[in-house]
Amino acid sequence: MKTYTNTGNKDTRSGFGAGLTELGQTNDKVVALCADLIGSLKMDDFKKNHPERFFQVGIAEANMIGMAAGLTIGGKIPFTGTFANFSTGRVYDQIRQSVAYSDKNVKICASHAGLTLGEDGATHQILEDIGLMKMLPGMTVINTCDYNQTKAATIAIAEHKGPVYLRFGRPSVPNFTPEDQKFEIGKALQLTEGTDVTIMATGHLVWEALEAAKALLEKGISAEVIDIHTIKPLDDDAILKSVKKTGCVVTAEEHNYLGGLGESVARVLSLNHPAPQEFVATKDTFGESGTPAQLMDKYGLNSASIIEAAQKVIERKK
Amino acid sequence: MSNTQQLEDLTTQVRRDILRMVHKVNSGHPGGSLGCAEFMVVLYNEIMDRKDTFDMDGIGEDLFFLSNGHISPVFYSVLARAGYFPIEELSTFRLINSRLQGHPTTHEGLPGIRVASGSLGQGMSVAIGAAQAKKLNNDAHIIYSLHGDGELQEGQNWEAIMYAAGNNVDNLISTIDLNGQQIDGPTDVVLPMGNIKEKFEAFGWTVVEINQGNNIEEILKGMAVAKSKSGKGKPVCVLLKTMMGNGVDFMMHTHAWHGKAPNDDQLAIGLEQNPETLGDY
Repeated sequence: MKTYTNTGNKDTRSGFGAGLTELGQTNDKVVALCADLIGSLKMDDFKKNHPERFFQVGIAEANMIGMAAGLTIGGKIPFTGTFANFSTGRVYDQIRQSVAYSDKNVKICASHAGLTLGEDGATHQILEDIGLMKMLPGMTVINTCDYNQTKAATIAIAEHKGPVYLRFGRPSVPNFTPEDQKFEIGKALQLTEGTDVTIMATGHLVWEALEAAKALLEKGISAEVIDIHTIKPLDDDAILKSVKKTGCVVTAEEHNYLGGLGESVARVLSLNHPAPQEFVATKDTFGESGTPAQLMDKYGLNSASIIEAAQKVIERKK
Repeated sequence: MSNTQQLEDLTTQVRRDILRMVHKVNSGHPGGSLGCAEFMVVLYNEIMDRKDTFDMDGIGEDLFFLSNGHISPVFYSVLARAGYFPIEELSTFRLINSRLQGHPTTHEGLPGIRVASGSLGQGMSVAIGAAQAKKLNNDAHIIYSLHGDGELQEGQNWEAIMYAAGNNVDNLISTIDLNGQQIDGPTDVVLPMGNIKEKFEAFGWTVVEINQGNNIEEILKGMAVAKSKSGKGKPVCVLLKTMMGNGVDFMMHTHAWHGKAPNDDQLAIGLEQNPETLGDY
């Protein structure tokens, strides 16, 4: 089984910041907007290097989304930055009408997604944002797994014409994907080959899936791990190819099982190749305060939960 | 440049278009559309420096954003009669497979529309973004926008109003259609908004008042003043006092025709009060 090395823990939001810094140098159409969270979103360098292309909007997310839509008229490529909760739920109608329905080339970049925001608690820990965004016609939805992938995705979405939701997080997590990768929107990454079960993970759960695959191998179970960084458009072919081989799937995400990656995978399977599926996700609940690790353990979003789900779903094949 | 009579004639024809459009589909918003007919005619034909052809980025020309999208009938009529799309297409308003949706949208590719509107309170933010893009592009043209007075009850406006003044967005002229009416009744009854002029001034905007917002000469004068105040460090607000339903006597002095179409008899009366000038679609 192919193994991956953690080259050192890093936060995915810093990958976004690094990607934005690079875009600032390479693409003068790129502009950035932030709602009073420059440090949290790691947008400091872009602001320092390109003050004329940076818009501090204050604590006014609705205005930020509308302004971003307006900036596209004149050929700019706006990147908005705030926490995932304020990037989606707070401004859903603004995104729906001024961005998605109006087909504006806005990149909604959202940090602090999910439980791993930690101690701030449920008011800030959105677990519904993937669902909200994937339901919007024309919206591309990306949830990256580590620093390198987030940086690559940030750079890639500038080249994509159309609205994008890019979701990443706050904590330092293993950085294991290649530094020089080219990010392909909509192309799932097969990380390991296996025959007994497919584990499809997104975001912070990808590393957990790799850890689970290692442990499963020791139990004699061969797991195929696929990184679904793009939840919409979904890589149907990769999903079907793998599940046709393994016969079952575990989906893993830091999101509610209603509306998340798991439901998208279930749709593809039910239409084309019905197969047993287990969901590693939050179960229609809000989060709470705690350290990221405590919360991921309490809500069952870790390698142990993936291992358990894999064993269960393999049993269901019989 | 047109003379006042030509603008009057165009306005009368636009009124006919509005009435016929909403009558045909027995839906739509004639009241606010009629109230803003003179303003829209003057804006598109005398005030804006715009190109005859449409492209989304609109570089090198003035742009307009309609925030109160429900007055789409006047917008469509003025756009069609300015040459953005065939006037015959006005007959498809609100019909299935039409580019003339109930509320304006870019989705069907109708030339002249740059953003969807209808869900209220979003247009000023979009206009500010477009104004900032103009500055980045060193394009010295102006962004115009139109908003309902009831629409100011949406909080996003005040985020935008605060931003525009705080960031010297002085290539923006936002007009508020002060007709004092909204769906459920007079704005002063539904949700009193106090002194709107003082509010804009307190937020740091330059305010220009057009007290006879259905008078073409007054609109021409007022908008010229507004234009002269742009580029001086502050966003400009035009308070345009209009009569909802203007030009059709039974639709005036009431909020009843905000979102109601005339029946056959009412249409006939409305058309009789606005005789054909440039030719019906």
